[in-house]
Amino acid sequence: MLRFAVRRLMQLVPILLGLSILLFFWVRALPGGPAVALLGERATPEKIAQINRLYGLDRPWYEQYLSFLERAVQLNFGSSIRTQRPVTEEFLRLFPATVELSLAAGIFAVGLGIPLGYLAARRHTTLLDNVSVTGSLIGVTVPVFFLGYLLRYAFAVKLGWLPATGRQDSREFLDAVHPTGFYVLDGIITGNPAAAWDAAKHLILPGIALGTIPLAIITRITRASVLDVVHEDYVRTAEAKGLLKRTITRRHVLRNAMLPVITVTGLQVGLLLSGAVLTETVFAFDGVGRFLNLAISNRDFSVIQGFILIIAVIVVVVNLLVDIAYGLVDPRVRAR
Amino acid sequence: MRPGTRWQHRTAVRALAVTAAAGLALSACSGGSSTATGDATGGATDGASDATFIFAGSADPITLDGAYVSDGESLRAIQQIFEGLVTSKPGTTDVIPNLAESWTTSPDGKTWTFKLKSGVTFTDGTAFDAAAVCTNFDRWYNFKGIQQSASIAYYWTTVFGGFAKNEDDSLPPSLYSKCEATDATTATITLTKASSTFLSALSLPSFFIASPKALTEFKADEVSGTADAPVFSGTFGSEHPIGTGPFKLAKWEKGNQLILERNDTYWGAKAKIKTLVLKPIADGPARRQALEAGDIDGYDLVDPSDVQALKDGGYEILNRPAFNVAYVGFNQAIKPLDNPKVREAVAYALNRENVIKTNYPEGAQVATQFMPPEVFGYAKDVPTYAYDPAKAKALLAEAGVPNPTVEFWYPTDVSRPYMPNPEANYQLFKKDLEAVGFKVTTKSAPWNPDYLNQVDAGKAAIYLLGWTGDFGDPDNFIGTFFQSTQLQWGYKNKDLQSLLDKAEAETDLAKRTADYEQASKVIMTDLPGVPYAHTQPSLAFKAGVTGFVPSPTSSELFTDVTVPAK
Repeated sequence: MLRFAVRRLMQLVPILLGLSILLFFWVRALPGGPAVALLGERATPEKIAQINRLYGLDRPWYEQYLSFLERAVQLNFGSSIRTQRPVTEEFLRLFPATVELSLAAGIFAVGLGIPLGYLAARRHTTLLDNVSVTGSLIGVTVPVFFLGYLLRYAFAVKLGWLPATGRQDSREFLDAVHPTGFYVLDGIITGNPAAAWDAAKHLILPGIALGTIPLAIITRITRASVLDVVHEDYVRTAEAKGLLKRTITRRHVLRNAMLPVITVTGLQVGLLLSGAVLTETVFAFDGVGRFLNLAISNRDFSVIQGFILIIAVIVVVVNLLVDIAYGLVDPRVRAR
Repeated sequence: MRPGTRWQHRTAVRALAVTAAAGLALSACSGGSSTATGDATGGATDGASDATFIFAGSADPITLDGAYVSDGESLRAIQQIFEGLVTSKPGTTDVIPNLAESWTTSPDGKTWTFKLKSGVTFTDGTAFDAAAVCTNFDRWYNFKGIQQSASIAYYWTTVFGGFAKNEDDSLPPSLYSKCEATDATTATITLTKASSTFLSALSLPSFFIASPKALTEFKADEVSGTADAPVFSGTFGSEHPIGTGPFKLAKWEKGNQLILERNDTYWGAKAKIKTLVLKPIADGPARRQALEAGDIDGYDLVDPSDVQALKDGGYEILNRPAFNVAYVGFNQAIKPLDNPKVREAVAYALNRENVIKTNYPEGAQVATQFMPPEVFGYAKDVPTYAYDPAKAKALLAEAGVPNPTVEFWYPTDVSRPYMPNPEANYQLFKKDLEAVGFKVTTKSAPWNPDYLNQVDAGKAAIYLLGWTGDFGDPDNFIGTFFQSTQLQWGYKNKDLQSLLDKAEAETDLAKRTADYEQASKVIMTDLPGVPYAHTQPSLAFKAGVTGFVPSPTSSELFTDVTVPAK
């Protein structure tokens, strides 16, 4: 298992190198540069040239790439042209918010997706099954900004149950402190359960918006996987042996059906982190995604490159962890 | 003199009620030891309350060091914490005294002597005096390296040109020469040439005065990192912005909210709210819904299509006086636009009233010149070109090109305050031009940056563009456009350029106004483009909020704002 993990980690090197090259050229292929993005109507050719010279953007591409690479291996991704703060520092400041939101979305997607998929499979071709299939189709296709708008309209504006935007209520919890950046956790450790509950409430709508696509995918995979497994010989044998239905479900159906679900759930981490770009923007939720969105529109090269590379590492590492978890569930994987 | 004595009286009683009824127990963030006593007395005299006011803009400030920013969201926050020698009269662009009580100009227009208010202190307890003023000016003038970037020292480079030691060939010599503290309340600023734009520009938050002690102590000028990845490592702009303004920084949760607290030692009328929270909400619909859900008390940049619905919902909509101009620009370097008759034909062909009526929100007005009526120097009697397609056809016939072919550019993926929907404007204008015989070739590009690049480089023959003013000075409008020759216009009128130079240097306001009026007349005769709209951006507030006076330059203070009890 250790060799497996090390091998997978080694594979990260060419992946990141390739990605860094792609990113480097992609951000520079975006029309224009940071100067025009920052100055808008006020960008004169002289001002653009001056800014490009100051940030070394007028140097040959290979020089720029090499100095970027040299810094990147020391985990220094430069600084944001917009905020003049180090990229790594910005990422670390924003990451807890995104993790919190992704966890909320993940809990929503997994917590609802697996039971829903299972029920749909067990009630195959019934109304519930059709509803779940159609629902997940809608879930995959509805744009986040539209879903966000609807959710806020219903639950924040009309019903007034949940906040529309942000991470913490400014009126009630102005003095809440956030030592870790995970607001729910912060509320708990600083002995302010009301603030923790408030932060949790702020996670619900964006969590649902972000979790909808993973929910749809997990529901469908669970349904398909359970449908496959329930027709297996060993399930029929177990039934013939007279095992309790609950035991069959737990030990034979779910455990085997979960393998593809785990893989797919792992893959959702990438989806959640990329989905956060839009969801965080739409809900004014200050995380990695919103910052990245802003960086793209500002052509903030260092931020785009740094953030995406760090996210890539995270996705690869999470997928590795998923593979390890897979091995724990299925001994055949370890043997290979 | 401060914005809002006029609100003071009638809000006093209400604010007291707010204090009593709301009792928003905001024990607040900065430890607020002075607040309890400050309120008890202040509340009785100037209507101070314990209320919190939450306002949303579209982005987080970049930094609270005014010298480094030019974006509206940073300036909004800086405006509350710092003050300048002069300011704008609330709701207008008229320059009025602030930290300077008065000033005089030498006959050659180069030496400005400011008589400063005495007894003013920064929130770190140090005194505001002439030495502090000079420290700030010298600090800006001596910017080095990355500090000289046009994106960082935007306003300094715009107003003063260059620095003590220009590190880039593109930078012009500096307008600033030196500052002398003659005595504690007299600061004399010497310029290298006469300029009056200088005075209006001092109302910009980028030229507000910071505590010299704090600038040094919190390393406002420290830049670390590498040449192409500089990092401002001081904490002045992020944690310790020390000014003399009506609010001070309590806590900045970057990206989430900026919390300002009333400065109870403020020399002027103290803020009526205790806490001001500025929140960044980038998404327009989310801002509106945050107001409707009660998360916030007001927001900027209301989508024009939301105005009616918000009014119907009982929200208060306030409009900023128009401070922008949208125009159809011509590049005279491209035929047939070198022909004045063809340009005139375009002007007569465009039905500007129709565009305003069809594509613009309430409050928009048809422009007759390249600056809004808010600014001094606005000329009442410029040549106008009322919609007259027959005359346009006749002019084309006279010019010998009855059916000229022109490339007409508009930007995509953008909405500007002066141009909410460029394509919609374009479609109407195109129809107008075709109706009089033009053959129009459609050209479009994404606003940022292709479109701007093309226009700046002089590639666009006819194009849609506009400008939002930074400060109340005609130089910031027609000076920006026409004082030097630019590829975008391909227009060079030496007499006009000298007139604009003269106007910029003139220190007598009446003469200056006359010069700019004259310049506008020349411009509208030469017709380098057709200005067509000034718009009024809207802000929305929950019912019962009072004391917010919209400013054309978005330089509003929240000092007199009051919020109704829950």
